Amino acid sequence: MDLYSETILDHYRYPRHRGSLLRPSARVVQHNPLCGDVIKLDIAVRDSKVVDTRFLGAGCAISQAATSLLLDSIQGKNIRSLERLTRQNVIDLLGISVSKAREQCAQLGLTALQKAITMLKQKRKR
Amino acid sequence: MQKLGEHIKKQFPIFSRRINGHPLVYLDNASTSQKPRAVIDALSTYYKTMNANIHRGIHTLSEEATDRYEQTRTRVARFLNAASPTEIIFTRGCTESINLVAATWAAAAIRRDDKIIVSALEHHANLVPWQELARKKRARLDIIPLTAELTLDEKRFHTLLSRKTKLVCLTSQSNVLGTVPPLRRMIKAAHTVGARVLVDAAQSVGHSRTNVHALDCDFLAFSSHKMLGPTGVGVLYAKKEILEMMPPYQYGGDMVESVAQRRSTYRPAPWKFEAGTPNIADVIAFASAIDFLEAIGFDAIQQHDADLLSYARSVFANYHRVQLFVPEGESSSVLSFTVEGVHPHDVATVFDVQAIAIRSGLHCAEPLVRLLGVEATARMSFYLYNTRSDIDRAARALEKVFKVFSLTLPRSGIQPLA
Ligand SMILES: Cc1ncc(COP(=O)(O)O)c(C=O)c1O
Repeated sequence: MDLYSETILDHYRYPRHRGSLLRPSARVVQHNPLCGDVIKLDIAVRDSKVVDTRFLGAGCAISQAATSLLLDSIQGKNIRSLERLTRQNVIDLLGISVSKAREQCAQLGLTALQKAITMLKQKRKR
Repeated sequence: MQKLGEHIKKQFPIFSRRINGHPLVYLDNASTSQKPRAVIDALSTYYKTMNANIHRGIHTLSEEATDRYEQTRTRVARFLNAASPTEIIFTRGCTESINLVAATWAAAAIRRDDKIIVSALEHHANLVPWQELARKKRARLDIIPLTAELTLDEKRFHTLLSRKTKLVCLTSQSNVLGTVPPLRRMIKAAHTVGARVLVDAAQSVGHSRTNVHALDCDFLAFSSHKMLGPTGVGVLYAKKEILEMMPPYQYGGDMVESVAQRRSTYRPAPWKFEAGTPNIADVIAFASAIDFLEAIGFDAIQQHDADLLSYARSVFANYHRVQLFVPEGESSSVLSFTVEGVHPHDVATVFDVQAIAIRSGLHCAEPLVRLLGVEATARMSFYLYNTRSDIDRAARALEKVFKVFSLTLPRSGIQPLA
């Protein structure tokens, strides 16, 4: 049962960065229409750096653990560097290969994060 | 019982397949059924010996193909106990059959402030077309709610019915709960206010006898692929008097009678609804699926379904972390369930590792799953080749789920398989 590694089960059981922010720089609610999984992601940015990020979600072990791992990996990062994050980065964080059907679960958090970054960029332009 | 289950698996080539090193256990029949060798052979025989376009050639092949295509129409009419083969339209699937009614009869008959009634059990295929039509026509869409017992609230249905009701759309069996609405009574009630009734028979047509004459429904839609037939074929049955009034669906070749540069006339029903080259091969092979089912007989199939469902209920009810979503005493072929603390997708993934195919998610019935108060469900659905030992293997996979996720479960104390 390689898919459900200790790491994934640990992050599913004890998600890091769980919760929401009072005054997020950006907030995204992302659904997976296939299964109804949902993630609400808050991100706070100061001087182009990620100072805090939180998520609330309901869903499968893969989507929730992937989001927890992803948010763990971006603390303190410059948001420009986050634009370069790829799906492969998420797979590397999970440390497993997922089936095509489960890929969408794994990428739910990244999709939300990418939307948040787009929102932040638009805000700055204004 | 000896006729079905293990014995019949041999006639379905897919069961020689191994997945992750285990023999396949297929419990996703409400999505689509597997195909017997007879249907697969009919497909390849058609392409090898008879392939030609229909209704447009006088050569031998075209005549043979046309005959077989039209014979299938007659076969379907007999299967449904329709009054005439001309009441049978071939489509791409159940979804297209329902959309055809929405685009033709309903688009003409439904006006502003009219009412369309659907049930809370409907698949998206029998809900979304009516949402759209109601929006376009500024008509009203009313929903028959569920009771706490997961059946339809018939009392409420009666209060919803009025002279404004033009159409009632009902499933013959829920693809999530297995609930079978009392169709005959509901159709009768709808007719007393002058409404037409469309039955989505996708889930029942391969499991129990369908008799459109006895039901007295106005429209009935289903797909071949859930009843051992090929994908890409659907049927719309409609009463003759309605079909004759309905405008065509799509325009082009085959559906026309005579075409002048600026104006055309159309063939009578059902051909005016079948524009272009249809899915000839799959329609012809579909006849073999009907032959196969009727040779077994629906009494045997229903008895087999009932046995599997009650066995699965009793086995899965042993696990106190499992919640079952099924009306008491309903005899269908689907069993939705959830496992406390584990998402249905994770359940399905663990099952898949053991080569057990189940469905998880919203089952194209999002409003219904929301009504159940869960994010999603896992679903086992049975058919004539399934066995009690398939269910035993599912139970073992369920124990594997407990094992893998035991860390995340609030309590321990998994009961071993009896
Ligand atoms: C109750 C019900 N209605 C309609 C459909 C749609 O059938 P199809 O996808 O073959 O058009 C299905 C199949 O998923 C179903 O279960």
